[in-house]
Amino acid sequence: MADVITYRQAVAEGIAREMRRDPAVVCLGEDIGAAGGVFRTTAGLHEEFGPGRVWDTPISEQAIVGAAMGAAMTGMRPVAEIMFSDFLACCWDYLANEIPKVRYMTGGQVTVPLVVRTANGGGLGFGAQHSQATENWALTVPGLKIAAPATPADVTGMMAAAIRSDDPVVFFEHKGLFATKGPPAPPDHVVELGHAAVVREGDDVTLVALASMVPLALTAAERLAEEGIDAEVIDLRCLVPLDAMTVLGSLAKTSRLVTVEENPYQGGWGGTLVSIVADEGFGLLDAPVRRVAAACVPLPFADVLEAEVIPSVDKVVAKVRDLTAY
Amino acid sequence: MTGATRTPDGRETAELLALYEEMAVIRRTEKAAHDLFLSGLVKGTTHLAAGHEAVAVGAGAALRDDDYVFATYRGHHHALARGATPEECLAELMSRASGLCGAKGGSMHLTKASGNMLGSYAIVGAHLPMAVGAAWSARLRGTRQIAVAFFGDGATNIGAFHEALNLAAVWKLPVLFVCENNLYMEYTPIADVTAVANPAADRAPAYGIPGETVDGNDVVAVREAVARLAGRARAGDGPGLLEARTYRHYGHSRADPATYRPAEEVERWLKHDPLDVARGRLAGLGVPAETVTAADARAEAVVQAAVEAAKKAPAPDPREALTDVWADGGARWRT
Repeated sequence: MADVITYRQAVAEGIAREMRRDPAVVCLGEDIGAAGGVFRTTAGLHEEFGPGRVWDTPISEQAIVGAAMGAAMTGMRPVAEIMFSDFLACCWDYLANEIPKVRYMTGGQVTVPLVVRTANGGGLGFGAQHSQATENWALTVPGLKIAAPATPADVTGMMAAAIRSDDPVVFFEHKGLFATKGPPAPPDHVVELGHAAVVREGDDVTLVALASMVPLALTAAERLAEEGIDAEVIDLRCLVPLDAMTVLGSLAKTSRLVTVEENPYQGGWGGTLVSIVADEGFGLLDAPVRRVAAACVPLPFADVLEAEVIPSVDKVVAKVRDLTAY
Repeated sequence: MTGATRTPDGRETAELLALYEEMAVIRRTEKAAHDLFLSGLVKGTTHLAAGHEAVAVGAGAALRDDDYVFATYRGHHHALARGATPEECLAELMSRASGLCGAKGGSMHLTKASGNMLGSYAIVGAHLPMAVGAAWSARLRGTRQIAVAFFGDGATNIGAFHEALNLAAVWKLPVLFVCENNLYMEYTPIADVTAVANPAADRAPAYGIPGETVDGNDVVAVREAVARLAGRARAGDGPGLLEARTYRHYGHSRADPATYRPAEEVERWLKHDPLDVARGRLAGLGVPAETVTAADARAEAVVQAAVEAAKKAPAPDPREALTDVWADGGARWRT
């Protein structure tokens, strides 16, 4: 095994591991077969498993996710790719009305073990319809599990957990992280959904981040360390199940909280997290909570404009400095 | 299948009589749902399929027990035709714990998974891609099952209909699309909002699959058409589309008195009632009127008993509201 692999290779590796161990795992999506995926996240799957398990589809997002649902209800474990997370809107009926509700409204008769994978987020100059961080869309619907890994090893380990999950999982892969590298996951690596990781320990402030915001928060923490502020960084890894206890546990030590979100402030997951903290952890706080999030605008195209909208290391550092006044 | 002809062993007669009785049970269950709604025992709304019975029952007679069925919010008849009992269905409508879905689904979501009736979906046309997926799954598992999606004429104008047909065709999957064309998309004549005369069947050639129309009020004709297309699909020759012409006796939903329908049209279709059509076939086969009357009496007794049992059933435990979101039976979303 190589010493390091990229995040994008970890996606394909995670899927391949599960396809090797379980013949019920099949993939479908646009350009995922011989082409290997437009982000090369399914590279090698077609060669190893053939067209009988890796199926190219038309540009038909409703049919992709709807068919995955029907297959999941009848004994398969489909992994469906929606190329860009913006396109989830094209099959939103399945994610909002069908997949998360069928188990409940049938009184538990039907289970839907599927994974919908998608490339999420901005920072690459793809413009307003190919750059959104959309994990909050899924967060509004009871019945969907939401995974958003930040490292190659977590990609592979969380993919294993997602595919083995008997519940539907929306798996957000971050476009801005595809080229990043890290140690590969060890054999049989499974990262259970709903377990946040403390990726940097610190005593002064807790930074909670997700996906591409994790390396950004870590960089901010290094800058803050130079100023004598010791930040703890939590990689949330999943929005559902949400590991609120790890966040509350960290606050018991640091007493200060900043959430770092790429999605717009309006309706962002940080709002849910800080409401839990306000409700259950108010006594732990020595300062107001702060949220760093994207501006509430569509993502612009130009680098300079996009950088203005998405959170940056500077913005995180500035927010944390604010809190030291308390 | 050779149709309702007299056979030396009387098998066809016995089969047709059984189909008639099944339709009679469904008709009476719908009538009971209607009456229970009017008496305040069914909340929300109902979309009755009285008049459509020959589609569910005729198709059911042509399918294997392990084939998959997906239905619409007008799906009581499909649930009943795939093994749900009148008592389970009426208890569900009446919000009782013994309901088919534990009273979490209601009229629009009747589901009998143990009969491979995998649900009733209230977003028009959403289940067509699901049936494609079930057929794909059957192919992957090599079971020779087929999947059937029943849907209304209104669904033929949504995107998922076209995506489902195309995907089923290019993957050559064992799926049947069965349109119950009752001439009205909710309150609007389908002809006013559709560019072709046969909203389902006329679209089939665009996807390179067979599209047929059939008298949807003739249970034998439906059975034969479904058997033909199902046999083709099961043999690996790909999907088929059947458009069954039928008519609903009630309005779109409980809020709709259906006054927009011309009186002569209603009268013409009521004279072509699926139960009457079947009775005519039975008479043609020499079945005595008393035999049919006895079947009606049995159907009446079954549904009356179901109504009484459902009325006596308890309401669900309120704590059930917080179960069944996840596969572990729970609803917990955070630590």
